Amino acid sequence: MNLFFQQIINGLTLGSIYGLVALGLTLVYGILHIPNFAHGALYMVGAFMSYFFMVDLGAHYWVAMAGSAIVVAALAVLCERLVFHPLRHSPPIHDKIAAIGILLFLEAVVQMFWGSDFRRMSSPFTGILNFDGLIIPEQRLLIIAGAFVLVVALQLFLRKTMTGATIIAMAQSRDGAFLVGIDANRVAMMTFAISGVLAAFAATLYAPINLVYPAMGHLVIMKAFVIIILGGMGSIPGAIVGGMIIGFAEALGGFYISTSYKDIIAFGLLVLILSVRPQGLFAKGAH
Amino acid sequence: MFKFASMLMTPAAKYLMLAFAVLFPLVAANEYQVYVMATAFVWAIAVYGLNIITGFCGQLNLAHGGFFAIGAYTLGLLTADFGWSFWPAFVAALVTTAVLGFLVGIVSLRLKEHYFAIFTLCVGFIIYLLIDKWEELTHGAIGVRDIAAPYGFGVVDFTDTTPFYYLVLAFLVFAIWFMGRLSKSLLGRTFLAIRNGDELAQSLGINLMRNKVLAFVLSTTYAGLAGALYAGMVRFIGPDEANIQHTFDMITYLLVGGIGTIMGPLLGTIGIVWITQSLQFLEEYRMIIFGPLLVLLVIFFPRGITGSFLTWMHRKSQALVPGKKREESKVNTVQPREAESNA
Repeated sequence: MNLFFQQIINGLTLGSIYGLVALGLTLVYGILHIPNFAHGALYMVGAFMSYFFMVDLGAHYWVAMAGSAIVVAALAVLCERLVFHPLRHSPPIHDKIAAIGILLFLEAVVQMFWGSDFRRMSSPFTGILNFDGLIIPEQRLLIIAGAFVLVVALQLFLRKTMTGATIIAMAQSRDGAFLVGIDANRVAMMTFAISGVLAAFAATLYAPINLVYPAMGHLVIMKAFVIIILGGMGSIPGAIVGGMIIGFAEALGGFYISTSYKDIIAFGLLVLILSVRPQGLFAKGAH
Repeated sequence: MFKFASMLMTPAAKYLMLAFAVLFPLVAANEYQVYVMATAFVWAIAVYGLNIITGFCGQLNLAHGGFFAIGAYTLGLLTADFGWSFWPAFVAALVTTAVLGFLVGIVSLRLKEHYFAIFTLCVGFIIYLLIDKWEELTHGAIGVRDIAAPYGFGVVDFTDTTPFYYLVLAFLVFAIWFMGRLSKSLLGRTFLAIRNGDELAQSLGINLMRNKVLAFVLSTTYAGLAGALYAGMVRFIGPDEANIQHTFDMITYLLVGGIGTIMGPLLGTIGIVWITQSLQFLEEYRMIIFGPLLVLLVIFFPRGITGSFLTWMHRKSQALVPGKKREESKVNTVQPREAESNA
């Protein structure tokens, strides 16, 4: 039974990370209708920035996380300004290709500076909690708690503040938002910044129990895409629920079915679900 | 537009290019250059496939590299492990990619736009993971060795680089010829209609699903053809052939050359392959240049070399012949921008 609960914890950890990444992706999609393939690269840059701040500058874990969030947010805003904004009237295929261009560029730059080695990032939370045989590493607990806090904070921001409300308004109706005088550029930049911050937080939380390398974003971003399709593109609750579904499917599937095929589970699930329901599990996400 | 396309591709210009390709092994400095050119041709064939589904039909297929790998692995495994000889295995590779393309197509093409791109991205990744993990069949990370070279029926020896170069060239010429025929046919125009607007095409009585699946199967067969030729040339393949990077490379070739044009895939592929070859130090970091290049291209020259050239020719002719109507050339324009932005 303990083994089962162990997998539940693993599922929660994975689901939290995937959910955070998917949240950023779904926010951007909701506002701009861009599937940002470069989001995985932002996640990867987030991990490398934290690594850089911690190892090369000797910063504390929390400081590194904050620094990385700022850098990645700035980078995301820059992408919006330089790439997606000029392409706003282009056919959707161009946005996708441009996003792929950004992804390739960021990966190559990181590889140039840090090489393609796998790096280990330390964390001050190395302890292990033992609840009557159920072993939970502190870092995993931190991930779950961190994701929870971030999601609540984001919800509060979107629901309770004026700036947050403009984002939701824009997602609900672009024209309506213009009519009431919402500045589209500001909202777009802010959305990209939030998605960057979430990606950086997710990467910094996950890096200590994983490894840091230039291709680390590939799998995560693809799973995040699976999640937002499952949860309905643009839906915030959908991203969180979808993240948990994929996290649990992977943890339990990896344990009970096969470890080497665990990465296929998410994609297999997507193929299966889309074959039956082309519109996704929760069609048209509610905001 | 086709007037100018055909001017650029007048028989004379086409035969000139073909003559250069035929004579290339004679003027090449060494065998390696011939080899590089043959590799470029193989990729060009695959890029033509991508051009059918993405350039003509408007669906961004991110599993294209996966189908390339399926073609390569079908040929490799059949010849190395099952003792088939090259040509039967070659045909089997084409059939396999066509059948798998059909199966993936009927599921994935029910999805539109972003959903289709993301779905195929996942399909590509599943193909990669299967090749990498299914060791009993694919040998996993070790890869497949001892792949048979095509036999020349006692006439030529395709293990040499130069005969193989001509073999690839023959397939490439066929691929381009077919593409040219396709673009002028009703089927090709049907694909364009679908790209320019699903609903409009449907209201004209076009069966969306059947045409999209047909375009998809054609494109995966092109990818399988290129993959099989690649396996026969390199004669050693690994899971890396299915890497998503190859799909991204092909998109770059297509976009630089000119998406939705006839000569674009060829020019883009050959151009970039030779640029990366001549700047060897770039190999690892080529994306530092090509990433921003992709972005700049879609912002400023979304039609690539060929498309921009055609537009330029068109403008020039408009200036020369003021009486000519603009609408006449708009019909065949390969630019989706205006049509899709109001969709």
